[in-house]
Amino acid sequence: MRFERREHRPLYMMTLAPLLAIIAALALAGILIAIAGAPVFEAYRRILLGAFGSRLSATETLTRATPLILTGLAAAVAFRARLWNIGAEGQFYFGAIAVAAFGSKMLAGLPGPILIPLLMIIGALAGMILILVPLWLRLRFSVDEVVTSLILNFIAVLFVSMLIDGVLKDPTAFGWPQSQALADHAMLPKLIARSRLHIGFAIAIVIAAAVYFVQSRTVFGMQSRAAGLNPSGAVFAGVRFGSTLFKVACLSGGLAGLAGAIEVMGVKGYVTTDLSPGFGYAGIVVAMLANLNPLGVVLAAIFTATMFVGADGMSRSLGIPTYIADVTVALSLLTMLIALFFTQYRIRR
Amino acid sequence: MATPLPDCRLRDMTTAVLTIEGVSKRFGSTLANDNISLSLAKGEIVALLGENGAGKTTLMSILFGHYVPDTGRILIDNVELPKGKPRAAIRAGVGMVHQHFSLAPNLTVLENIMTGTERLWSLTSQMTAARNKLLAISERFGLKVDPDARLGDLSVGEQQRVEILKALYNDARILILDEPTAVLTQIEAEKLFSTLKQMAAQGLSLIFISHKLDEVMATADRIVVLRGGKVAAERQASQTSKAELAELMVGHRVTRPTREKSIPGAIALEARDITLKSGGVERLKKISFHVRAGEVLGIIGVSGNGQASLGQILSGTANRSSGELLLFNKPVGDLDVAAVIEAGVGRIPEDRNRDGAIGEMAIWENAVLERLSSYSKHGLVDRGAGVAFAQEIIEAFDVRGGSAASRTRLLSGGNMQKLILGRNLHERPRILIAAQPARGLDEGAVAAVHGRILEARRQGTAVLLISEDLDEVIALADRIQAIVGGRLSAPIDASEADARLLGLMMAGEWKDKSGTEHAI
Repeated sequence: MRFERREHRPLYMMTLAPLLAIIAALALAGILIAIAGAPVFEAYRRILLGAFGSRLSATETLTRATPLILTGLAAAVAFRARLWNIGAEGQFYFGAIAVAAFGSKMLAGLPGPILIPLLMIIGALAGMILILVPLWLRLRFSVDEVVTSLILNFIAVLFVSMLIDGVLKDPTAFGWPQSQALADHAMLPKLIARSRLHIGFAIAIVIAAAVYFVQSRTVFGMQSRAAGLNPSGAVFAGVRFGSTLFKVACLSGGLAGLAGAIEVMGVKGYVTTDLSPGFGYAGIVVAMLANLNPLGVVLAAIFTATMFVGADGMSRSLGIPTYIADVTVALSLLTMLIALFFTQYRIRR
Repeated sequence: MATPLPDCRLRDMTTAVLTIEGVSKRFGSTLANDNISLSLAKGEIVALLGENGAGKTTLMSILFGHYVPDTGRILIDNVELPKGKPRAAIRAGVGMVHQHFSLAPNLTVLENIMTGTERLWSLTSQMTAARNKLLAISERFGLKVDPDARLGDLSVGEQQRVEILKALYNDARILILDEPTAVLTQIEAEKLFSTLKQMAAQGLSLIFISHKLDEVMATADRIVVLRGGKVAAERQASQTSKAELAELMVGHRVTRPTREKSIPGAIALEARDITLKSGGVERLKKISFHVRAGEVLGIIGVSGNGQASLGQILSGTANRSSGELLLFNKPVGDLDVAAVIEAGVGRIPEDRNRDGAIGEMAIWENAVLERLSSYSKHGLVDRGAGVAFAQEIIEAFDVRGGSAASRTRLLSGGNMQKLILGRNLHERPRILIAAQPARGLDEGAVAAVHGRILEARRQGTAVLLISEDLDEVIALADRIQAIVGGRLSAPIDASEADARLLGLMMAGEWKDKSGTEHAI
């Protein structure tokens, strides 16, 4: 038995494969739900209701999807160029704390329409700064960035923890370690009134489209793809490897930093060390689910958010653990990878 | 010419040890093997000759049990071999030496050879017995090797010897060698051929796969030519000629293009005392040369003598440590790839898969990647113009096997090389740096590539040809310099050159016409 590369991938296959993968994942997770003693279809109905059953739950799901879109894009652009940035979690926190540092007092005198974009840029820059460490180590000493960017996550979170228990600590928070709150006019406007859904969601979608455009149409997109696929071939063709990787890293780190900034400005208003329930790591899953396609990232992020938000509702009404959401997302990643493999290869004897 | 082998009772040309009967194998819409039959006698060397894609490797994979044939059968000593079972093939005495070795570089020679021969759960290892067996085999066939050397420390030629020994250790009586010389230097290849003849004289039967006419004529007793999945012809080596084989292999007459006289113009590229140090080693030591417009300068040498570094400096991917480089009589500083291309230099890299193209990208993307500035506006790639450019190359340079949008990896070596040549020559470069331009290509593609290089020369391009193929250099170059250990010899005129003299030059010592002795 061997695998043969498919040269033509019909459209129906490309649309059907991800759907089949999701169905397979739900079926497999259904076995676990049945073992937990709950009716399987009812459980899935509850998940769907929990995620989209009301105006409130639907907006909540999209709110949860917003940082996932951005961290998913951060992973997708980096992985496309074979830059293994596992550090989106740390970059997320750097973006968040930078916004809290500048947006609570220092720049609070600026009017909203100037302050908000400025803070977003500051958040993105903070994420970029953090990723430059593993990038430099890779380019200078060939240190594997998987290890360095991963370890840096813990350093970043501890650094943030130090700041919010120290210089940036909110004196009015009854001793809780949390940062000073953003000025009110630094908060993102709501997309839908009386919900938590903010314009960050729209911004994330626009950015996904922009990233898609950059990757598929621009010189930079083509060069970064070449550098990822065959570094020595790219260098021979005149692609400046170091500077291309630098740009890719800045884009990736910037997106993750922006995710942190938008989460603070859109939802919380301040930073704690549980601001992210692992958005940075989930971004990797989202990117892989989307096969690194920036537009697919949006759908994958919404799917992931649906499972997490919906599982809360299911858990409350059926009394089975919310871990089922983690399991389903993990299974869907596996089935998706298998499905994508079979869109690219066929089995031959 | 094939030298007649000594008659030996171990060689018995009348009994077939291996018979392949009517084997066919289809992959999708291509019939890779079409009703192929052939036989191999004891102590015989049969060459399987054919162009890339003729079905040689498929046939051998079927014989070795990697693929199951659609029809046909394989007999060893008149017993049918079960289909698709490599283990059965090994047990029946078939040994295979792959083009890419299946050896572990971190193990010793002895460990590599023993791998897979002992049971996983046996408590004792038969190291001493194995060592004695290995030494006996290496003595018998004249395959000298140190059993305790770490494989990774050996040269490619020695590694191949280990691969052969491994097959013999498993009591192979039929040895299949898949393009055994593709990775070897000229000298290593000659050593291999004498080993093969010695093995045949000892009663082993050999099939070796090749597309090189010289080595087939020099080594084989019998030659089976495959074309388009079918046996096109079968010839005794003593009763055929290179010209006939070439014609049989390609299906029509192939004549390599010949060089006409030319009157070289002004000096286009000149190097003065260029030195390159990298990693603490002097790769190039004060080399000097010049190439004129409409002239081919051949740099010949055994690979690993500094050619790669020279190619990199001239391609813009490495910078010289000292020395002067002149383009069109103007000294230039350090050049990057963009500056080199801007100056009108076309570049053919020595490793086309690693440097020449990005296999996973489309043909049109590879066509424009090195001059993206001309195929983009405001940072946006002009796909339409890129595809049009690729289509022009595909037509003008006869690139077959893909359209502008298909993946470059699908192209055969020859067609990929035509694409690389095309994207350079289409822009009428004033200088062409061609490193090993015909390496690994089949006869038809070699003729096409050589023809293009000579055409560029005719149109006034200064060509620097870096090659280790004597025939290629003699056929294309007007003047020849040898590179040995990072030093360059003084040039000789191509009219004085023959294979013997060039061989001596590549070794670093030779006498010229007037009898003066030279050494690099």
